[in-house]
Amino acid sequence: MLLEYKVEGGDFTQAGYASSQIKKTLKQLNVDPAVIKRVVIALYEAEVNIVAHAYRGVIYAQVEGSGIKLRLEDEGPGIPDIERAMTPGFSTASQQVREMGFGAGMGLPNISDNADSFKIESSVGKGTTLYIEIKFR
Amino acid sequence: MSQTTYNRALEIMGDVCIGCSHCMKVCPTEALRVSQGKAKIHVDWCIDCGECYRICPNRAIRVMDDDFKQIFNYKHRVLLVPSVFFAQFDDSIPRDKIYNIIGELGFTEVCAVEQSVDTLIDEVNEYIKRAPLPVISSFCPAVIRLIQVRFPSLVDHIMSLLPPIEITAQYYKRKFAKEGIKEGEFGIFYLTPCIAKIASVKSPVGGYTSPIHGVINMDFFYNKVYLAHKQKIPITRQIKINGELSSKGVLYPTTGGESMHIKGKTLAIDGMDNVIDFLEILENEEIEGFDFLELRACDESCAGGILSHRNRFLTAESMKKYASIIPDTHKLISDYKKYCSAVVHMDKIEPRSMVKYDRDIDAAIKKMEGARELRRLFPGIDCGACGAPSCEALAEDIVKGQAEISSCIFLRTLYEKRGEISLEEAVKIMENIWGKSRFDKKI
Repeated sequence: MLLEYKVEGGDFTQAGYASSQIKKTLKQLNVDPAVIKRVVIALYEAEVNIVAHAYRGVIYAQVEGSGIKLRLEDEGPGIPDIERAMTPGFSTASQQVREMGFGAGMGLPNISDNADSFKIESSVGKGTTLYIEIKFR
Repeated sequence: MSQTTYNRALEIMGDVCIGCSHCMKVCPTEALRVSQGKAKIHVDWCIDCGECYRICPNRAIRVMDDDFKQIFNYKHRVLLVPSVFFAQFDDSIPRDKIYNIIGELGFTEVCAVEQSVDTLIDEVNEYIKRAPLPVISSFCPAVIRLIQVRFPSLVDHIMSLLPPIEITAQYYKRKFAKEGIKEGEFGIFYLTPCIAKIASVKSPVGGYTSPIHGVINMDFFYNKVYLAHKQKIPITRQIKINGELSSKGVLYPTTGGESMHIKGKTLAIDGMDNVIDFLEILENEEIEGFDFLELRACDESCAGGILSHRNRFLTAESMKKYASIIPDTHKLISDYKKYCSAVVHMDKIEPRSMVKYDRDIDAAIKKMEGARELRRLFPGIDCGACGAPSCEALAEDIVKGQAEISSCIFLRTLYEKRGEISLEEAVKIMENIWGKSRFDKKI
């Protein structure tokens, strides 16, 4: 089953809608709550990244009996150095912004920790695609 | 409709129900359908919140309370009275008078449900130091059941401490034993403003057995007491009054009455829709930094309890007024403290899964895909004319083989126009849902 959600950059009031809908779907399928939690954490983080950093994007969720495969494609600035972006605590935000409680990074390590497999493809000036896979059993 | 292992607190009386579908629209777990002209409960999905009972215009929903006469099976009969009960009355009726009437109606002793609250508050403050945060209060049984059924990933957050009623009941059990009164000679009864409490006493969660012998419906008992008051019945019996209660206890069942005593960052939310909204975002991991959540299913908490008949705001105001004139401590606190920590804990609460489509995930995905296709056909009006609460619910029922596409009144009309079903068939489908002869009215 393929689910598809559009995400608009800068629309923080709607951020989390796709995560909520996918959560609802997995709950109705009686997926283990602990697994759903991992999906929600990873997906919410990735969805908010599109809203905060990209211009627009689409989230595709392929739900099978064995697990869920998420593909988050965005049109945006892209990530120049993926390796650094994956470093826990790395952020391009200034110290000042961070002291205000923002700019804690993109949470990519957090996505990775909750995923069974995780891949990023990015091209500067064009956009980023995240592949997240989480198995149900 | 499948069988359940849970004791239910609500029952639809088939002979009274007119199939008006009001209940179906308010059920927070979509556990109700109308077929053959009667509302039917999907028992495994019901959380005993009582929203259907509250809205039923025909009083067709019965509360499975205990027969009042059974109190006389015991020599010593204590009634645990919630503070919301006294707030049902006009302030001009003195409490002593109400106590005397309760005695005359058959109880030998009366005690406040919230007597244990002061001790419980200390236990909660200790508990949150070593529990997964935020801790969700175990006070409201409808909220516990809601989480078990609709938010299973949050069950670990439910506080595994007993609610005040059970601690006070445990205290009484021990008190009777200390006085040398044998098991079987004493009966502990709970006067409840809440339907979910009935279910929680009969089928407690967290591996616990309640010492409460019977539950009395507060709506029923209010009438009994008020009638006795109006008829000025003579008081011939003595009742032992255990009136020890602090202002904290009086306010505990009101909104904020619990969270105000808990250290750290807390929130008090009342009303089923508000609670559901909040649990959704809590489940999404969007909320951080809270230590304790007081969540109550009823608007204005127990003051707006299903079996509380008086206007909820007036009830809450009466409780606040009474709390303002009594001390914030009472004489039995140290007594409760002595043994409370031995009885206050319960086991972890288990989730109750709500099988929407199928237990087998591959089959469930298939059915869900079918339901998503069907939803494209339906108008999305959620009119309920099919006997299901929403177009989404009808689609789910169809893929499970519990309804037909032609149950939808809009599609049925189209099928008729296309000549795919006859007018007679269309009427038959309508009668199958809403009842035969229902529309045979003389104009």
